[in-house]
Amino acid sequence: MTATAERPTTTIFRRPSSTTGLWSWLTTVDHKRIGIMYGYAAFTFFIIGGVEALLLRIQLSQANGEFLTAGAYNALFTMHGTTMIFLFVMPTSAALMNYMLPLLIGARDVAFPRLNALSWWIFFFGGIFLYSTFIFGTSAPPIGVDGLGGIDGNLAPGGGPGSFNFLADSPDGGWFGYQPNAGPLYSPGTAMDYWALGLQIIGLSSLVSSVNFLVTVLNLRAKGMRLLRMPVFAWMTTITSFLLLFSLPIIAVALFMVTFDRQFGSLFFAAQAGGDVILWQHLFWLFGHPEVYILILPAMGIVSEILPTFSRKPLFGYSAVVFAGAAIAFLGFGVWAHHMFASGITPVAQAAFGLATMTIAIPTGIKIFNWLGTMWMGRIRLSTPMLFAIGFVAMFTIGGLSGVTHAVVPSDWQQTDTYYIVAHFHYVIFGGAVFGLFGGLYYWFPKLTGRVMNERLGKIHFWLMLLGFNLTFGPMHWLGLQGMVRRTWKYAPETGLEPWNIAVTIGAFIIALSILTFMINWFTSRRRGQESGLDPWDARTIEWMSPNPSPEYNFAVPPVVTSLDHFWHLKYDEDAEGRAVRKEDGDEIVATIEHQQLNPESPIVLPNPSYFPFFFALGLPLMFYGVIYHEAMWGKGLILVGLIIALSAVIGWAIEPLEEPHAVHDGIDDGDHEDELEPALDAGTSESIDD
Amino acid sequence: MARPRHRLIRLGVLLGAVLVLGACSFLGSEDQPLTTFEPAGPFAEQINNLFWPVFWIAVAVFILVQGAILVAVFLFRDRTGAKEAKQLHGSPKLEIAWTVIPALILAGIAVPTTAAVFELTECDPEAIEIQVTGHQWWFEYHYPEAEIDTANIMVIPAGQEVCAVMTSDDVLHNFWIPALNGKRYLIPGQTTLLRLQADEPGTYWGHCAEFCGLSHSLMRARVQAVEPAEYEAWLTEQQTAAAVPEEGAPGFDGYQLFREKGCTQCHTLRFEDEAASNIIDRASFNGPNLTHFASRPVFAGAVLPEEGQTRDDALKDWLADPPYIKPGSFMPDLALTEAEIDALIVWLDTLE
Repeated sequence: MTATAERPTTTIFRRPSSTTGLWSWLTTVDHKRIGIMYGYAAFTFFIIGGVEALLLRIQLSQANGEFLTAGAYNALFTMHGTTMIFLFVMPTSAALMNYMLPLLIGARDVAFPRLNALSWWIFFFGGIFLYSTFIFGTSAPPIGVDGLGGIDGNLAPGGGPGSFNFLADSPDGGWFGYQPNAGPLYSPGTAMDYWALGLQIIGLSSLVSSVNFLVTVLNLRAKGMRLLRMPVFAWMTTITSFLLLFSLPIIAVALFMVTFDRQFGSLFFAAQAGGDVILWQHLFWLFGHPEVYILILPAMGIVSEILPTFSRKPLFGYSAVVFAGAAIAFLGFGVWAHHMFASGITPVAQAAFGLATMTIAIPTGIKIFNWLGTMWMGRIRLSTPMLFAIGFVAMFTIGGLSGVTHAVVPSDWQQTDTYYIVAHFHYVIFGGAVFGLFGGLYYWFPKLTGRVMNERLGKIHFWLMLLGFNLTFGPMHWLGLQGMVRRTWKYAPETGLEPWNIAVTIGAFIIALSILTFMINWFTSRRRGQESGLDPWDARTIEWMSPNPSPEYNFAVPPVVTSLDHFWHLKYDEDAEGRAVRKEDGDEIVATIEHQQLNPESPIVLPNPSYFPFFFALGLPLMFYGVIYHEAMWGKGLILVGLIIALSAVIGWAIEPLEEPHAVHDGIDDGDHEDELEPALDAGTSESIDD
Repeated sequence: MARPRHRLIRLGVLLGAVLVLGACSFLGSEDQPLTTFEPAGPFAEQINNLFWPVFWIAVAVFILVQGAILVAVFLFRDRTGAKEAKQLHGSPKLEIAWTVIPALILAGIAVPTTAAVFELTECDPEAIEIQVTGHQWWFEYHYPEAEIDTANIMVIPAGQEVCAVMTSDDVLHNFWIPALNGKRYLIPGQTTLLRLQADEPGTYWGHCAEFCGLSHSLMRARVQAVEPAEYEAWLTEQQTAAAVPEEGAPGFDGYQLFREKGCTQCHTLRFEDEAASNIIDRASFNGPNLTHFASRPVFAGAVLPEEGQTRDDALKDWLADPPYIKPGSFMPDLALTEAEIDALIVWLDTLE
């Protein structure tokens, strides 16, 4: 705490000190509490996005369906995609990264705890801003078009037959926002402004956390944890952070261009004035394809933690798995135009992007084969996290293989914009990322609660989800190749597409049932689950050396890492054949670690909570509301108010004093086990973290 | 607690279920007019021939990976008394193998892919040019040599290559006739090309594949391939102008309504009497050219008539409230009475 003396200690601002209640959550800078908030928010959005999907599926369960109006359908598929990507999968990854990254690398928090709180609050307000379109947004028909707004009695505002028209005033230009359809001329309401500016805010949140995670990984690793001793999830977090860092500025620029076109009459994408509508696609996918890996790489990292633990073997080809992840991320920046093979780009470009896309299959294959290698000759326990990890490998493989058929450019000319693509990316994002994330939630649940989730419900969840998932997305391959185009509100009975659409809808409801099972499991296990102890899975990595539930300080004694899978090697030796043999005093070692980690010898200094991340983040949506309504005086006023709030928060942040360590843990150590814990004790001194 | 038999049974049930599902999906491939699996011309054929080998390679990898997972779970599942696992960290030889082998397979796929991209991109200079313009939400076809315009259904000669020269009047559209070729965007302010050829006469279904606004799902297309002689006859017929109905003749009332109700703002009609003609500048907003409306078996974005519906019934529904059938339609609800609608239909049916 030498830093304390150099910082101003007297200002008008005192740092908040509540440790319970609403204020403690609003001002917390604890990476674990931030992770928890990310998780619950993301799950709430998952439910919303899922309900949107179910409504879409009801509409499509019969030919010429009359459940939703066209306007409602378009709004729902736009919000479903936007929600699932930006408000569910990304923040669920962020939740696990936030909670787990410092634990995985033996740190007490991330490098910049207040910045971490800032990215969470920006995300939170961004999500609220985006969804406030349901209340405030308007979605008008193109200028000069008649036929909307109920000019005669039988016409719902969304146009055409359909019982349900709710939410039709929401963004309806697709999550991809293709210009000029999502531009000012063809989507003149405010809904697409909410979409563009909402994504802008949410993107900023991820950009902030990416920097934070990178600095954390580079600077706060425990002693002895070389880069190539990091758990793979920490590695994938690092690689994902690089992807975010390089790709988010691109979408930020593109979204600003759209906003300028829509609000201030610039003509970047206005074809009638010489603008280029394809430019939007280049910018969007130059972000959008790395985005796919932003979604999948964290899940790959989680699976690479779970498979070794439950196979009781080290990860096969650790460095190959890590470098394959880096290669996927690197190549991911060079394949964006494979989303645009139908756009008439030159054959040279098409061939080049096709071949580049194929090369991604190589590192992906390396990962899959190494995961198989990990299971092979292992001693496999099919606990729920393992089931989800295996499910990930199996389902993701299918998504990868259908991906190769898109790389065959002429094949893609048939497949693009059909349900075959919908099937493909759901196998990657749902079969891949979501299975992986659920695996992670089951695996690390004890860190949150000190309990394990119910195995029986977990298995019901898994099998229902596997069945529902395949029934939903499997037939979509077939539907797409039979000519069912995407984003279609209706299809004609003559197309013969109805039978499989019925199956798909049933599958979607089975998925919903499986999610319900998960929720029941989560909330009952939180209170009544079996207690986990320190090491419920006989795990390998050092996050399991921190007690369950995690104490605020993570590690009373930061571990000194001597090898990959450090924790495992504290417990196990190898015999002459190379088989694992539990050390005779293995149980004692575990007990000692737990005791030691629960009872700090000296006070541990943790970062102080702060009001300012919350208030800084609060300023952003106010400013952006102001941008949408800037033509009105109150809109201009709102920009000013938001700006003042944000700037005041920045100033407050800068001059905020460090105060007395708010969390002091005085432990009593009886000293009994000191000699038995060889390396861990040497770490002795606690290092303070300050933002 | 070892129950290998139970596991075998479970494995069998699982595999059986997969096979049954797979078999089901191949049933009923008849009567799917948008299928990509029944190519009707050389371009779609070439794509199809490229798809299947890749598909079977994917199936082989699928079986390898899923099989390995099942076998691993079956063989190495933790049993009481099982030995601890050997702590293997990897194998450089295997890493090289599963890097190089997939790379070689992909290189094998890359060669015909690249060749096909180049072969399928450039139109044959001899090909018949048809200009396709996308509108919200219908396709317009202009035959530059014959100087005729039509909509929703494109007529082409069988056995000859057609070069679709495409652009859009408003947003992005994506022209797709699965039996004839893959998709190509229609881009405002730009021109794209698509090769089309049907070997045999027939009607081929299509759809706009890019999301293009409220009624994207109702922007459909047809291509009708006819014998070359029939094609020439069709061109000649389409070049003729319509006759203005005489007073008292069938269609006279409908024609008057067409004039009075504002239909002339959007719809071109060429009459023998040029003074009576209503020509809409193609560069500005327009609706389908109606000169030969009755010669087109489908209308309203190739959505109508629906299966089992007569053309006149479909027209009745359409004229009564176009935006109800096609939400967001630029053709407004003109609040026509039933008598007016009937009169219009009588006249429209004369526009052969």
